[in-house]
Amino acid sequence: MSDRALMEGSEAIAKAAVAAGCRFFAGYPMTPFTELLENMAGLLPEVDGVCMNAESELEAVGMAWGAATTGYLAATGSTGQGLSLMQESLSEITNARLPLVVFNMARGQGDYFQATRGGGHGDYRHIVLAPMDVPEAVELTRLAFELAGQWRTPVMVLGDYYLAHTYQAVSVPAIDEASPEAPEWALNGSSGGTGTAKIISPLGGGVEGEEGFDLGAHYAECAAHIQALASGVEPLVDVGHCDDAELVVAAYGSVGKFVRYACLRLRDAGHPVGYVRPITLWPFPSEAVQDAVAGSAKVAVYEQNMGQMVDDVRLATLGALPVEFIGGPSWDHSGFGIGPDINVPDISQRILDVLS
Amino acid sequence: MSEDRIFLSTDSPPQEPAALVDDFTPSLITQANHHLCPGCGEPIAIRAAMEAIEELELAQSTITVFGIGCYTAFAHNLDVEVVQALHGRAPSVATGIKRMLPDGFVITVQGDGDMVNEGLQEVLHAAARGENITCLLLNNGVFGETGGQMTTTTTLGQRTKTSIEGRDPHQHGHPILLSDLAATMDGAAYVARCAVNNAGNVARTKRYITRAYESQMAGAGFGLVEILTMCPTGWFVDTLEGPDYLQDTLAPVHNIGELKTLK
Repeated sequence: MSDRALMEGSEAIAKAAVAAGCRFFAGYPMTPFTELLENMAGLLPEVDGVCMNAESELEAVGMAWGAATTGYLAATGSTGQGLSLMQESLSEITNARLPLVVFNMARGQGDYFQATRGGGHGDYRHIVLAPMDVPEAVELTRLAFELAGQWRTPVMVLGDYYLAHTYQAVSVPAIDEASPEAPEWALNGSSGGTGTAKIISPLGGGVEGEEGFDLGAHYAECAAHIQALASGVEPLVDVGHCDDAELVVAAYGSVGKFVRYACLRLRDAGHPVGYVRPITLWPFPSEAVQDAVAGSAKVAVYEQNMGQMVDDVRLATLGALPVEFIGGPSWDHSGFGIGPDINVPDISQRILDVLS
Repeated sequence: MSEDRIFLSTDSPPQEPAALVDDFTPSLITQANHHLCPGCGEPIAIRAAMEAIEELELAQSTITVFGIGCYTAFAHNLDVEVVQALHGRAPSVATGIKRMLPDGFVITVQGDGDMVNEGLQEVLHAAARGENITCLLLNNGVFGETGGQMTTTTTLGQRTKTSIEGRDPHQHGHPILLSDLAATMDGAAYVARCAVNNAGNVARTKRYITRAYESQMAGAGFGLVEILTMCPTGWFVDTLEGPDYLQDTLAPVHNIGELKTLK
């Protein structure tokens, strides 16, 4: 680890990505994601990597798709809006079994469903990691590349304006200029002319013949892979003071850090409050949430949206106890997801209202 | 490149009956049987593309990015590495590959619906960027795979399922002449249009594709070869009428010839 330094979230994430082996990045400027692209444009050429200021999000994700087929670790990103444009490709990249890291610096928390339900057409999910602050984002960025390579699937790091633009003292790993070795499935042209040239396709790798290739069989394999992800990826969660809590408050991401702080201060004041903060939003840490709320009378969910993760909390608790939504959309004039309601006194009051 | 390549003379009829295409299969096509319709021009174009790769000894450095159309069936029939992309998105995917593997040889295979309708911005951006890839456009002026609807390259008066009385500029707009458009881009190094509706044009197609490949090998920048292909099924004409229909309908608008060549 290098020494701690004061750094904007975007810069820290970019450095962590390159340190994790990322050698290709493509993006299209959009607030609050833009600075991540800028930092990658500065960093990648130093390690013989490539950063493309793509002409659109459609092309950014396409370029990242192509780069990923060569076995180099590739990433792209945008905001939730830009991610909407990328979804067609992200769905197909998933079916093509390619590793890719997607940085989503969303505006507010309205894109939880988009992030955790696959977002595009088809029957798939992405691993979604939601850091609460810059140091955790550095760690989860490393994990994102590791999981993407291990499972050959897209992994999303879901942040927001706060994460991308908060300056924090943080240690980022040193950058190793040596690029990781290409995996055996990667393309470089050399299997051509051998009779068994490789193909990377969202439609599967079968050989067209009298019977045709079997798309149904490929989709069945894709479904099995998503199921393996669901049960094989370790769910991550941050839990505090739940053992004797009457009320457990669930929240994620930057907002989750505010909620956590509010709960800790309420504890200090003697209120029986605990918190649970899912870090992997998919697979959702259902068992951990279940365990966290086992001794409490009620669950409250705080999100900066109309209520999305609350569905997952309800599914995790299966009606065992009341689940109350205490969040809500909160916007300032910019529309970038800076919420005036995201402050500890306001959050604390909503928690106390449920508690009484 | 090699001086010993033989091009068939088409100045006079052959003395011997021509060998059927089915009599031999180029080594980079692993499965000669395909599901495309009789009279389709796309297999001829793909054959020329693969023969040129073999002759330039590029088989072991080539990555071919396929779009979505009838020709997509060939993605699984080739002995070169393949990446299957989405409809319209092959140029950006090819860009990511080429940028990470600058010594690799990267081509795209796309139809007119794919490249000129859905993916127009991708191919033009790649051309403007001077991306050192070769894009092959198989242009038959219709959506063949979905059964003969109008595309942006459909010529005025051409009947399709969605321009049943013929393409009317007042209702359907005018055709896009993709090669002419791409040739205006400073980043485009080689742009040519050809066809596969007769033996002479097939030979010309192979010649243009070869020149486009040589342009990429020289690192000259973006290359585009537009190949007019027959689609008797999508045109609703008899199989045997396909070549003449191409000559009468597409070729007068999408003019055959080299539009931009290496200096």
